[in-house]
Amino acid sequence: MREIYKKPEALNDNITHYCPGCGHGIAHRLIAEVIDELKIRERVIGVAPVGCAVLAYNYFNFDVAESAHGRTPAVATGIKRALPDNIVFSYQGDGDLAAIGTAEIVHAANRSENISVFFVNNTVYGMTGGQMAPTTLEGQKTLTTPSGREKGTTGSPIKVCELLSVLEGARYLYRGALSTPSNILKVKKAIKDSFQIQIAKKGFSLVEIISPCPTYWGLTPLESLQYIDNKLLKVFPLGEIKNTAR
Amino acid sequence: MKEKKLVCGNVALSEAAIRAGCRFYFGYPITPQNEVTSYMSLRMNEVGGVFLQAESELASVNMVFGAALTGAKAMTTSSSPGISLMQEGISYLAGCELPAVIVNVMRGGPGLGNIAPSQSDYFQAVKGGGHGDYRLLVFAPSTLQEIVDYTYMAFSKAGQYRMQVMILMDGLMGQMMEPVSFPEMSESFSYRNDWALTGCKKREPRSIKSLFLEEGVLERHNKNLQKKYGEIREREILYDTFLADDADVLLTAFGFCGRLCKKAVEELRGMGIKAGLFRPITLWPFPGDVFTGLSKRSRKIFCVEMNAGQMVEDIMFYADDKNKVGFIGRTGGGIPSVSEIVKAVTGKR
Repeated sequence: MREIYKKPEALNDNITHYCPGCGHGIAHRLIAEVIDELKIRERVIGVAPVGCAVLAYNYFNFDVAESAHGRTPAVATGIKRALPDNIVFSYQGDGDLAAIGTAEIVHAANRSENISVFFVNNTVYGMTGGQMAPTTLEGQKTLTTPSGREKGTTGSPIKVCELLSVLEGARYLYRGALSTPSNILKVKKAIKDSFQIQIAKKGFSLVEIISPCPTYWGLTPLESLQYIDNKLLKVFPLGEIKNTAR
Repeated sequence: MKEKKLVCGNVALSEAAIRAGCRFYFGYPITPQNEVTSYMSLRMNEVGGVFLQAESELASVNMVFGAALTGAKAMTTSSSPGISLMQEGISYLAGCELPAVIVNVMRGGPGLGNIAPSQSDYFQAVKGGGHGDYRLLVFAPSTLQEIVDYTYMAFSKAGQYRMQVMILMDGLMGQMMEPVSFPEMSESFSYRNDWALTGCKKREPRSIKSLFLEEGVLERHNKNLQKKYGEIREREILYDTFLADDADVLLTAFGFCGRLCKKAVEELRGMGIKAGLFRPITLWPFPGDVFTGLSKRSRKIFCVEMNAGQMVEDIMFYADDKNKVGFIGRTGGGIPSVSEIVKAVTGKR
């Protein structure tokens, strides 16, 4: 009998702590599958963020560090400068990357730091209980925007890929979504592209992954996927935002 | 005899760090320690190390964190307002038990303050600074040769204990010039790294973290940290004395004020007053027991600092009788003069 599906070697056999319908599990698996396919597990070093994915080291079967909130790209920079032949990635949420850590991500991109950044955007703070994120949609209800996010007082959702695209050092910026099998496969390809750009020493790359958060969207897992396609993708268009690494 | 070189304190520190094997320097310009960033940008290139000017002090200390995760010898330097920004990272370094050398060339505060020399970050260095229960091994050099010697030593202690070592000096120490001799270039360029993140080739994967959610696990971790700090208290105390054994009046000071007090002791002795000096070199661990012993022999103790009275609290804590302790201090960039100290001690205006 031919084995057609199995757990990647780069994942541990652990029970998930993520909520039902959360996208982190899919994102972890995609990263792990790519690491297996590229045969780089023994030289990868991941940097986990503060937030829901802080426990990423429970699931990844390779070296993983923890970082202070938002400082993940600076920590990844230190690792990569010390061990330039290792493959270093940071895994960050929207609060980590687009709020407290905006300085670090902008400057890591501007230096074209030779790292991969996987940016999981679910438009809400999960770990702290569902507050507004910089990426929260206008009108979206959160714990700290009970009547819906209002542009006049709290701004509009930050489009990270577009924001970074003006920086020469940002070589590859891709936005994908974990909403349909086809979109998930595109995210996987983008993750692979990002690692290959790093292996080829071509500089900074970032893959934004639009991901469901049924718990703090107040939707079922299935409704969350429909919400991504019907609402989020109108604000956050999918596809390659920039690629100067070809 | 080794060749002596005339350099400023910031350059003495930088060259000593390189000779101790430091090959990763991350920093952000701030006066009065800017000679370090410019020297490192040249010299790291020559020795094949990494110099990176970070976008902020937050980033530079976290770049040190990243390099330290791999077992590399890493350092950052800053001055008071910048060190305040680094406190988050220093707490994480402590929580993760990562070796790092952090230098504070102090300036006047609070806030933006001024760029004149000060010693007003004593509390921050020895009592915490960042959140959580942790300690730094803190060296307070008093001469440029001591800057060289203790910076060199700082890297071996950081590696030995997997902890953070701070060199605490003031702007004057960073800017002034003195002849120093440098130690040999260290042969061992990195720490032991059997705990570090290097990629999991031929071993089990590792994670380095300071988050411990399971009940009791963080308490065990903290107990282990405290045990390590206890060992350091036993083994790593350093201090200097000058004519202290028969001192009737004991002056206490750290860093640059130690030099001023040495002169004051000489003048007071010339006046027939049996004065002496006790100067802690490790501010943490504080040489408390030694000082308690010395304090018993003296009639009066004066603590001289370039702040509003910070180390004086430790001096009072360890003195056999706190009523003996007087304080002589200047703040905001003011430097006590030797004659000021002598007048204060003799009670003459």
